[in-house]
Amino acid sequence: MKAPLAIHLASAALALAATAFAAMPSAVAADTPDPVADAKAFRNYFVTKFPNVPLDDFANGPYSLNEDMRRQWEEKEQFPPYEFSLEMGKEMFAKPFKNGKSYGDCFPNQGIGIRQNYPYFDPGEGKVITLELALNRCRGANGEPPLSYVEDEMAALTAYMAFTSRGKPFDIKIPDDPRALEAYQNGKRYFYTRRGQLNFSCATCHVQNPGERMRAEILAPALGILNAMPIYRSEWGGMGTISRRMITCNSQIRGVPLEPQADEYRDLEYYLSYVSNGLPIAGPGARP
Amino acid sequence: MSMTRPNTRIVLLAFALTTIGSTSAMAASTETDFKAAYAAAEAANNEAGRLRNQWTVTAEALADAKKAAEKGDFDHAMASARDAEALAKASIFQATSEKEAWKNLEIR
Repeated sequence: MKAPLAIHLASAALALAATAFAAMPSAVAADTPDPVADAKAFRNYFVTKFPNVPLDDFANGPYSLNEDMRRQWEEKEQFPPYEFSLEMGKEMFAKPFKNGKSYGDCFPNQGIGIRQNYPYFDPGEGKVITLELALNRCRGANGEPPLSYVEDEMAALTAYMAFTSRGKPFDIKIPDDPRALEAYQNGKRYFYTRRGQLNFSCATCHVQNPGERMRAEILAPALGILNAMPIYRSEWGGMGTISRRMITCNSQIRGVPLEPQADEYRDLEYYLSYVSNGLPIAGPGARP
Repeated sequence: MSMTRPNTRIVLLAFALTTIGSTSAMAASTETDFKAAYAAAEAANNEAGRLRNQWTVTAEALADAKKAAEKGDFDHAMASARDAEALAKASIFQATSEKEAWKNLEIR
């Protein structure tokens, strides 16, 4: 895009935003975070907006909102495109490191059926630990180099771990620790904050417009949006991690993405997973 | 005609000298201006970075400015640097206003 046009677009978007805010009720949410009330309101919003969608089905993203897409997806699931990645992840997960230990040794229950508990807040570190981060830390602790957060190997590992957790409801805890509450609140702020030249927030697409088309895509609802991660995307021609998804979202709205596993992304994952508590893990998933 | 030829030569020479003179004067001046404009744009973009809210189009405009300057096209370089600064300032405005405005979108 030529820069002058870009500036006009930026100005127009910001002016539009200012107008939109002016029309909105002046009351804003209380500054004291209340995750329980947030999660309830979040769920109610989507259930009310889409009264015919069973609650658990929100984990299936756009397929819960569009009949045609759902039929295609169900047929595709007979030979799912993530199958190779799943196999690769299973092999990687079982293969011992050079020191003889393996991924299973780093996780509760040997890493099987635990996806629903990630991310979690680590009181020792005072930060959110995602599954992708925990996997790389496991590698580091065993003398292995880290994997890229946005490439196939990480996606394969998390695909396998999600697969062993399918059907288990998200169970994200916010411990009684002001730092955990702050991380949650930071994630929420990130989710609703407009950014990029297009002046979009995550909520612009996934709260205000789920089920609508954005070019050829049907936008997924924010409720349950991480339950099917990682996903095979036909658009990418491969698997994508949560990190990749967040980075891509930022780029699509012409914002410079943060580094993978930046605090903001970790907190965002914490917030989005928490408000989807109770919905089943459905990963790995496949999306157009 | 004999008077005309020298005059024409003088005029042509004067034109040529003026053109060369003005071009080199403009290049020097524009390069200085470009450097100042680029520095201002870069500073604004760094501030947007501090706010964790840089835009891809700002980086593109900065890169375009640099490329044009390297080719000696300071008019183009100057225009791109100014665009970059405007974009960076818009991203700073966005980040600043969103510190409170995000609450208006919240589900509650």
